[in-house]
Amino acid sequence: MIEIEHLTKRYGEVTAVSDLSLTIGSGQIYGFLGPNGAGKSTTMNIMTGCLSATEGTVHVGGYDIFEEPRQAKRLIGYLPEQPPLYLNESPREYLRFVGEAKGLRGGQLRGQMDAVMEQTGIAAMADRRIAELSKGYRQRVGIAQALLGDPQVVVLDEPTVGLDPIQIIGIRDLIRELGRTHTVIFSSHILSEVQTVCDQIIMIAHGRLAAFDTPENLERQLLSSGEIALTALAEPARVERLLAAVPGVSGVELLGEEDGRTAARVRTGAEDIRPVCRDIFLAFAGADTVLLELTPRRASLEDVFLELSEAAGPEEAEREEDAL
Amino acid sequence: MTAVFRHELRNDLHALTTYLFGACLLAFIGLWAMMYNLQAAVNNFEYVLEAGCLAFVVIVPILTMRTVAEERRQRTDQLLYSLPITTVQVVLGKYLALLAVFAVPLCVIAVYPLIFARYGDVCLPTSYGTLFAFFLLGAALLAVGMFLSSLTENQGFAAGIGIAVILLNYYSVSLAEYVSASAFGSVAALYVVILLLGLLIRYVTRNEKLAWGVGLALLAVTAAAYVLDAQAFEGLLPRVMSRLSLFERFYVFVNGVFDWTAVVYYASVMGFFLFLTVQSMEKRRYN
Repeated sequence: MIEIEHLTKRYGEVTAVSDLSLTIGSGQIYGFLGPNGAGKSTTMNIMTGCLSATEGTVHVGGYDIFEEPRQAKRLIGYLPEQPPLYLNESPREYLRFVGEAKGLRGGQLRGQMDAVMEQTGIAAMADRRIAELSKGYRQRVGIAQALLGDPQVVVLDEPTVGLDPIQIIGIRDLIRELGRTHTVIFSSHILSEVQTVCDQIIMIAHGRLAAFDTPENLERQLLSSGEIALTALAEPARVERLLAAVPGVSGVELLGEEDGRTAARVRTGAEDIRPVCRDIFLAFAGADTVLLELTPRRASLEDVFLELSEAAGPEEAEREEDAL
Repeated sequence: MTAVFRHELRNDLHALTTYLFGACLLAFIGLWAMMYNLQAAVNNFEYVLEAGCLAFVVIVPILTMRTVAEERRQRTDQLLYSLPITTVQVVLGKYLALLAVFAVPLCVIAVYPLIFARYGDVCLPTSYGTLFAFFLLGAALLAVGMFLSSLTENQGFAAGIGIAVILLNYYSVSLAEYVSASAFGSVAALYVVILLLGLLIRYVTRNEKLAWGVGLALLAVTAAAYVLDAQAFEGLLPRVMSRLSLFERFYVFVNGVFDWTAVVYYASVMGFFLFLTVQSMEKRRYN
């Protein structure tokens, strides 16, 4: 559906997106994940024709966004990070303008307006001024705008930022629902959100593609580097000696001693860390040493994220894209 | 384009500035009509318009300051970029809406000569010719104002610069008499203009090299031309200043001449500034 090839965007000296290539299929929910300033907004702005690229191409449904913007933009509905709303208008007036600009007329326009207002749950607010609406409703108006013209791809830039937990749940449900009929691409820097909603995760760091996979695969990838946290009632030297004897332990990091308790983090080279846990327990028990805590630490998506964003590019701090 | 036009027109109908614009224009013209046509019993309506065009200095920036600056401030310009319409359509739609708003008070004013004609001998062709030129003058100034609005997201700034620019243009012919007519004075002024042009290029393109290149090249060409033929620069500055005056061309109509070159001139000014507005908006995409 969307093909990005060798996309590069430079702002003067600063490189926001660097040689990014990816292909986004249709009918799934894609989570665009990255820390602030990673180039998410820049990429989305370029994808939707709001921003030029320094190099590279973007094709939407086969149309080049720079060469045939009109056809390409018809296939995309876009909600930028700050919902672009005319605060003095009512949602109905606002949607009528967007619909007309997208080429809808007459009955078709009215039908679609009603449909998207229904879908996003703003029908009850249709005739109030947007300035009077809460942030959650404004976000919905923004999404409704993106849905007009029946686009195949819906691009949402950080749609849940600044909302309260109930509103966030509402927007997530809406995204899930949209995912059934559209390709949805949404960006976030909240991992749990992406994890629960998305079919595919695109991780981007320092303007480069860091990972592109399903949430499950990404987690599995990092499960092997799992660590074990333990606290024992013994002095550090003893803990270190006991651990050194356990097969599968590749490294020990002592975290300090307090009231005779020693905390340590154990790194393992094993695929599955459970046998190592068992061996550690037996080793300590055999030496009459009390173990107060023994926790296998599975890598969360958070770790994947941190690791990948550090690995992707240690260069200069990137600038958050807020030019538009 | 029609979508933008209709949207803009609806916006204008809700904006206080629109009514302020119409009211000021009508009040100003009405005042002069009362003084000239009623009290002094002059039967030339065109003199009213001649005096009334001073009102443009204030009311045009009031009307245009919002157009693009407001979009930028509330970030709705991003919506315009993402919609399947071109920037040219956006700019044209907005400009046509401005013209429509401008045309409404003019329709009211267009009745005045007819009313006066009932009580005296009014030269209607001159009156309406001048009214047409009045519209063209206003339309050209609206294009200038719109361009200034596209340069900033601060409406007050857009209005301030607009008033300064139009006022300068209004007085440029009178000012031309006071500026230096010597060749050296003209070259000095040209240098200032070139430097300003360089700054503008730098601001719009953010390309230091291009700005310096163009600026230095023009400076060198000017210097060379001055060395070769200093005579050519004699009186250049006052001449250019009076040529650039939009108001000066309007006065030709007041004198009863329907000047086609002025019509073309106004059309070029409109085209030029609309083009600049499009470029200024497009630039945001290429920063």
